[in-house]
Amino acid sequence: MHFPTAQAPYLAPINSVSRIMLTVQVALIPGLAALVWQFGSGVLVQCLIALVAAALGEAAMLSLRRRPAVPALKDYSAALTAILLAVSLPPLAPWWLTAFGTLFAIIIGKHLYGGLGYNPFNPAMVGYAVLLISFPQHMTAWLPPRELSGAALGFADAWTAIFSRTLPSELTFDALAMATPLDTLKTQLGLDRSLDEIQTGALFSGIGSRGWQWVNFGFLLGGLWLLKRGLIAWQIPVGFLSALFAMALIFFLIEPAVYPTPLFHCFSGATMLGAFFIATDPVTASTTPRGRLIYGASIGLLVFVIRSWGGYPDGVAFAVLLLNLAAPTIDHYTRPRVYGYPK
Amino acid sequence: MNLFKLWNFHGGVHLDGQKQESGRAPLAVARLPERLIFPLQQRNGEDSKPVVAPGDRVLKGQAIACDDNPVIPPIHASSSGVVRAIEQLPLPHPSGLSGLCIAIETDGEDVATAFSGNPGYRQCSPAELRRNIHEAGIVGLGGAAFPTSIKMAAGTSRKVDTLILNGAECEPYITCDDSLLTHYSEEVLEGAKILLHSLQAERCLLAVEDDMPDALTALEKAMNCGDFETVQLVRVPAVYPTGGEKQLIKVLTGREVPARGIPADIGIVCQNVGTAAAVYNAVVRGTPLISRIVTVTGRGVKRPQNLLARIGTPLSDLVRQCGGYTSEAERLVLGGPMMGFDVPTDDLPLTKSVNCILVAGRNELIGEKQPLPCIRCGACADACPVNLLPQQLYWYGRSDQIERAVDYKLFDCIECGCCDYVCPSHIPLVQYFRAAKGKAIAKRREREKSEHARLRFESRQARKEQEKRDREESAKRKKLTLGASKAPEIVEAIERAKLRRAEKAGQASRNSDPTAKKQPEPSGPSAVKSPDAGAAEPGSAERTSVPEAKSPKID
Repeated sequence: MHFPTAQAPYLAPINSVSRIMLTVQVALIPGLAALVWQFGSGVLVQCLIALVAAALGEAAMLSLRRRPAVPALKDYSAALTAILLAVSLPPLAPWWLTAFGTLFAIIIGKHLYGGLGYNPFNPAMVGYAVLLISFPQHMTAWLPPRELSGAALGFADAWTAIFSRTLPSELTFDALAMATPLDTLKTQLGLDRSLDEIQTGALFSGIGSRGWQWVNFGFLLGGLWLLKRGLIAWQIPVGFLSALFAMALIFFLIEPAVYPTPLFHCFSGATMLGAFFIATDPVTASTTPRGRLIYGASIGLLVFVIRSWGGYPDGVAFAVLLLNLAAPTIDHYTRPRVYGYPK
Repeated sequence: MNLFKLWNFHGGVHLDGQKQESGRAPLAVARLPERLIFPLQQRNGEDSKPVVAPGDRVLKGQAIACDDNPVIPPIHASSSGVVRAIEQLPLPHPSGLSGLCIAIETDGEDVATAFSGNPGYRQCSPAELRRNIHEAGIVGLGGAAFPTSIKMAAGTSRKVDTLILNGAECEPYITCDDSLLTHYSEEVLEGAKILLHSLQAERCLLAVEDDMPDALTALEKAMNCGDFETVQLVRVPAVYPTGGEKQLIKVLTGREVPARGIPADIGIVCQNVGTAAAVYNAVVRGTPLISRIVTVTGRGVKRPQNLLARIGTPLSDLVRQCGGYTSEAERLVLGGPMMGFDVPTDDLPLTKSVNCILVAGRNELIGEKQPLPCIRCGACADACPVNLLPQQLYWYGRSDQIERAVDYKLFDCIECGCCDYVCPSHIPLVQYFRAAKGKAIAKRREREKSEHARLRFESRQARKEQEKRDREESAKRKKLTLGASKAPEIVEAIERAKLRRAEKAGQASRNSDPTAKKQPEPSGPSAVKSPDAGAAEPGSAERTSVPEAKSPKID
């Protein structure tokens, strides 16, 4: 009898890129649900816009690069980029803003560098940073959380608001727009108000900030599930969160009138999303065990630095992009000891 | 036994054992085939030399190929019959190449040569035992087929304290060691004692995976009956690749074999359990290695089971004895699905190194993979039992930065396939690493060749320099003696003649070359005026080419 041959090993691999990407998207559900609950269904509309833009951008770039589009679209990496960007945007941001940011992320952030696996920067954060710099007004116009306003926009209202910039008659964009707690903190501290005074404001409560703490809890939950599934390396979120916590604690202890509590930092803004979903992007992160710890911790450190002394209220996107730049160097200096070599 | 402290090696993967099919069926003795085939090449390297000719009648256990080289153990006929041919036949080798084989037509009588055993082996020296092991044609039966006597000899220059018997059959499907330990536990344990004596080592650790209950029971029973206090049975977790030599050593002792070193460097010798049984048979019973247990399994074979088969039996014969192929038989793998290799035909003989014949059914094993780009998730690095960074090796291998890959310890890759198994992008990493190793070796050879050429060139240059220097030296010496022997008036006359010639030449060049007006006097006369030049004179002007004294323009 005759048989075909190939090279060992012959056991089918246990995992696939599409499965990883889909699982990460499933893990985003608790955070996404919290966003919808607190800030209305606008984020779902943003997800749809971003998904369509990402699919179009990906297909167009693949055909320009003369690569088959279907297998690449089926790896769901573009979809993940789209959703990560969409959950970072203000829920009622105009549709073109989301579409532009997503296309920028896919075309410039991903394909111009060679597509999946070759992009040095996290594409979603590239898109976010470009939008933040280009359209600061749109990007800082967040909504009040349900905890504060008692209501949130439904899907249909959010749809019209995003596509035609019209709102139900009793509402106006000016009335709706509200700074995030981190943003408020930054502006008010800049006006020389003390932290105690600022935190009497309606946005601040409990361990963090109203609305935002739930969103962070949601992403934390999804992130822990990913850790349990072994799909992300523990070193990155652990490094990120402990460095942020440690920095916040040190400065809180030194000057509590200016620096909010470590818990506030951990449950505000994009902390949990960043720690579990953004910084852990395998393509752009460090890949050695020790390197990942250093990489995560450096991001946490930078987040605190940018939030406290930088020009932006939240620093996750910039911190991640900066460390993306450093990842290859970190990898180079943190190679593990190979079996049989002296310790 | 369970109190034994175990260590962990980095990485590893849990694989579905697939051992029930072949493991549950009883061990069967394979029929005597009509034809036996013995490839003269046993490992990569040289062939051994046949000592029989076509037409010769041979007996079971008779050596049919030998070599003076101790790295090449002899081959023995596994039954009686007539040598039909010594010819090129396909080899059971990943390359699929052919090689010289001895083909024997069996006579069905199975007449053996007289075996003389030596139960009193304790009186023998380690060297005698090693010779005995070599002459019995024993090689490692775990799959690598490394000559056992050579491995044992590593203990002569180093102090070996521990013998490890490897019964950790970590690859899926394979149950031949399980079967051996269940049915021949005493032979294995006795073999361990012989090996210990030959190594002059104190203890033997017999490692068995914890998913081999029958083997464990049989071993425990045998150990209770006999005198085996030097042998310790250790259960190790069934994680792939625990059965890898370096990994098993780490698990059992916490020690690591140094890179580029061998286990004996850290006082350990590791042998497969089948090898130990073969050593027992060779030393105590006097029978050479002419049979082994082989697992025939997979969904492509009707009755998976273990067979005690003669070396040289055609694979097709063995499959036939297991009920033949099922309709879905698709692939034929020798060894396990992780580190084995598949062959295009079953028209191949069973060799000493084949522990498993895996006939895969439809979709049981994969063929060519459809890889996606690497997303640098690092799953490969987490799974690597050697703690490499396969993602970096892949990156450098792909971009042809072989030097960087070597710097990232490419050559420490044991090709176990763990990285392939966990890679979500389905990249055939091991295949890349094999290719990269090949390229690196080719490059090294190239470099060595050019280095050799450079050295040769340099030594040639040096030699020529030296010759030149020697020539000058002897010329000088000659001149010196010549100058001293000449009468002073002759020397004076020569110098006068020279001076005249130089003056004349100087005038000539001034006339012919207007630009040379301002030039100082040609160096000729001044050279003559200098006292030591005078001593070196007559010969040097003609013989050596010292251009200052006599510029070519002048003539």
